[in-house]
Amino acid sequence: MKIKIIIFFIMLSLNFANAETKTIEQQKIFKNLRCLICQGQSVADSNSEFALTIKLVVRDQINEGKSEKEIYNFLIEKYGEWIVYKPSLNKTNFLLWFLPYLVFAVGGLIIFSLLKKREDT
Amino acid sequence: MKKIIKLFVLILVIFIIGIFFISLNNSTRYDTKGLVGQKIKKISLDYFSENKKFTEVDLKKNNYTLINFWASWCGPCRDEHIFLLKLSKEKNLKLLGVNFKDKKNNALKFLNDLGNPYDNLTKDELGKQSVNFGIYGIPESILIDKELVILKKFTGPISEKDFRNIKSIIKK
Repeated sequence: MKIKIIIFFIMLSLNFANAETKTIEQQKIFKNLRCLICQGQSVADSNSEFALTIKLVVRDQINEGKSEKEIYNFLIEKYGEWIVYKPSLNKTNFLLWFLPYLVFAVGGLIIFSLLKKREDT
Repeated sequence: MKKIIKLFVLILVIFIIGIFFISLNNSTRYDTKGLVGQKIKKISLDYFSENKKFTEVDLKKNNYTLINFWASWCGPCRDEHIFLLKLSKEKNLKLLGVNFKDKKNNALKFLNDLGNPYDNLTKDELGKQSVNFGIYGIPESILIDKELVILKKFTGPISEKDFRNIKSIIKK
């Protein structure tokens, strides 16, 4: 009997843990999706018809076992890159992704060489 | 060294001005022009009254199909209805109606009052199927050919100009 009770509680806790990760994942995806008919709102923030539909579709796809990336790709195919707040890396925006690192590296090099020059003199 | 710093700063300033120039000239309004030229892959829509599914196989039977998303609660859908009725007389074009998040009785009353232009009438009660077509509000219409390639997408009600445009495309 004791073993049955322990198994029951283990199963229950596992279910809760699963439910929690699903909600977190859902919220993360909703927050990264733009509500196309709202002014500056994400799907997570909006209760518009469009946002409600997208939430249903995302939930379905999570239940079907699709990954976050697959869900984004599906929606990008239907609505374009504009639907995601964090665009994927591609040839048109690669400079925007790498420029901060480049500026940081070159800036560091300049500071380093200036400091070295000052030390030498 | 100073020359390198000057050059670096100059390049950075030109780059930032360039980014501003391009970004400020870009329209921030969303449109679905990107969908034109894409092929509709798999669809499965419930028929409005019968317990059957309308699929991409049914679409391939038509030379041209205008897929129209509408609802009885949508005001602009009433405005475009007259053009849909006119288009329903075109031999080369079939009209597929997708009743969007609507109540059956209201939808039927809408069609009884204004006329039924659709060759096939389906429904999307939860709006989930419409996502497959990149729909984000209604009315919206999509003109496709036999190969299921999207030729034109109309967001908002079909206007007189759109009506003429559709007629000229299907006569080619």
